[in-house]
Amino acid sequence: MATVSLENLKKSFGKTDVIHGVDIEIEDGEFIVIVGPSGCGKSTLLRMVAGLETVTSGEVRIGGTRVNEVEPMDRDIAMVFQNYALYPHMSVFDNMAYGLKIAKVPRAEIEARVQTAARMLQLEEYLKRRPRELSGGQRQRVAMGRAIVRKPAVFLFDEPLSNLDAKLRVQMRLEIKALQRELGVTSLYVTHDQVEAMTLADRMIVMHDGVADQVGAPLEVYANPQTAFVAGFIGSPPTNFLDAGRVGGGPAGAQVGIRPEHVRLGATGKLAATVAYAEALGAETLVHLRTEDGAAITVRQDAGEPIPAEGASLHLDWSPEHQMVFGADGRRAG
Amino acid sequence: MAQHNGMVEKRGAGLWLTHLGLIIGVAFIFFPIWLAFVASTVEQQDIVRPPMPLLPGDQFFENYSRALTSGVNAPVARMLVNSGVMALGIALGKIVISLLSAFAIVYFRFPLRKVFFWLIFLTLMLPVEVRIVPTYEVAANFGMLNSYSGLIFPLIASATATFLFRQFFMTVPDELAEAARVDGARPMRFFLDILLPMSRTNIAALFVILFIYGWNQYLWPLLITTDPEMNTIVMGIKQMFPSGDDIADWPVIMATSILAMVPPIIVVIGMQRLFIRGLVESEK
Repeated sequence: MATVSLENLKKSFGKTDVIHGVDIEIEDGEFIVIVGPSGCGKSTLLRMVAGLETVTSGEVRIGGTRVNEVEPMDRDIAMVFQNYALYPHMSVFDNMAYGLKIAKVPRAEIEARVQTAARMLQLEEYLKRRPRELSGGQRQRVAMGRAIVRKPAVFLFDEPLSNLDAKLRVQMRLEIKALQRELGVTSLYVTHDQVEAMTLADRMIVMHDGVADQVGAPLEVYANPQTAFVAGFIGSPPTNFLDAGRVGGGPAGAQVGIRPEHVRLGATGKLAATVAYAEALGAETLVHLRTEDGAAITVRQDAGEPIPAEGASLHLDWSPEHQMVFGADGRRAG
Repeated sequence: MAQHNGMVEKRGAGLWLTHLGLIIGVAFIFFPIWLAFVASTVEQQDIVRPPMPLLPGDQFFENYSRALTSGVNAPVARMLVNSGVMALGIALGKIVISLLSAFAIVYFRFPLRKVFFWLIFLTLMLPVEVRIVPTYEVAANFGMLNSYSGLIFPLIASATATFLFRQFFMTVPDELAEAARVDGARPMRFFLDILLPMSRTNIAALFVILFIYGWNQYLWPLLITTDPEMNTIVMGIKQMFPSGDDIADWPVIMATSILAMVPPIIVVIGMQRLFIRGLVESEK
């Protein structure tokens, strides 16, 4: 168990800068999710912490010690990979025990640790099987077991659930969360899925083009996004953006962001719009509208409210406290 | 006759015709080998006097024991050992060297990596026959004439096998190497514990091919060995033919030919089992 600090961490591949300086202090036992679209540098950031990528400049500290030049095996970390990266010719037991065997842990202790991890992950009856004889979810568990048995100071997860189907993903998400709570190990988790980020994280880092746009608790980030990108990326359906000039919200070039659940439809309001179509999802209804100047707006309604007909002309309204103003540079302005 | 019964299933006359065709084909290919076997079980006079017998005679044990213990120039048993050492040496040596060089080329970033790869690849264009004079010169200067090292080493580098392993290693996901790195495996440990077991199907296939390649070497052993005790069996058969008007000892020569065929067959059949097991067990 340990703290992790990233200090002005930068990475370039040749002349291309991938990460432009990330700073964060991760507390002992904290679950941090790094979220962002593909190509934003989130995996690279994780791999630098793991020691699989060299650090161009800046510093990575684990437990207060600088580890920039330390080999992955000596960083006291364990990593779970997207495609599991299980050794195909080894049994589940050997897969989990491999790291311990290399570390010359006594046979009896290896046995005990693997058994404990297998019990935690419900893998006891599969210990003799090969990875290809397991389902996707079981393979994912083995990959996690391999990380657990090493009793590392930090867990690193690189999109561990993206190869699973939707249902299993939800289940494994809960298991990962429960496991991390139980073990209390500092964790860094990379994902492009904002739902995973929202549900798992103690704090999340929203990455965008190699910059950490915002660091904070999920609900805080959701309620109070610091950039237009974060507002658009976190939340589904995404935040609606309107030209600030049209709704009288701010200076020229600025945008007003308003979340779908905060927009009300009615006969009067701030802005006129036409209903394009409505998606009834059962518990809620998503109404898609178009304003006069062509901007697309999504409104989230409870199922109880009436569903407007297609082509109906309505007005949009919202209360000023839900309005988020972003300047021309994308930063929060009010 | 059932029509449209799937592409594989065939019935009635079609089935018999296919089999007949196959049987004729097999018989056609097998006939010379059968003749050689028959010739190795009869006496010299039976072969020389037409018509040649088509059924085995009663001299099997005599001919084969004569071949194995005394032969014509050297005992065939001795030649079998020589061929075995050479073929095993070449096959294993080639596999070890090409595994290691492919490992280096795929997993390590070092200066001139591409250059080295193409240099290795270039040797594909230079088979033994092309470079035979300089190679002989080198082997002779090293005092490797009439020795196993002289038989093995000049043939041991293999661009084909290196290339094959390179292609295979490139299909191994990078994450596997990274997982091993996180697990604390140093490069050679990763190579031995993970890459090698994963390559065993390829190794088995290559071993079969390379063993037969080594076993069937003719020109190089012919040059490098002058002592009959160092003859390999494939070239030894040729050495058994008499020069001038001497009478060829056909039963012994034929027995030698049959014996020369046995080890490659054993290797193919023996490795086939491992091969299939490897195919079934290896990951998807």
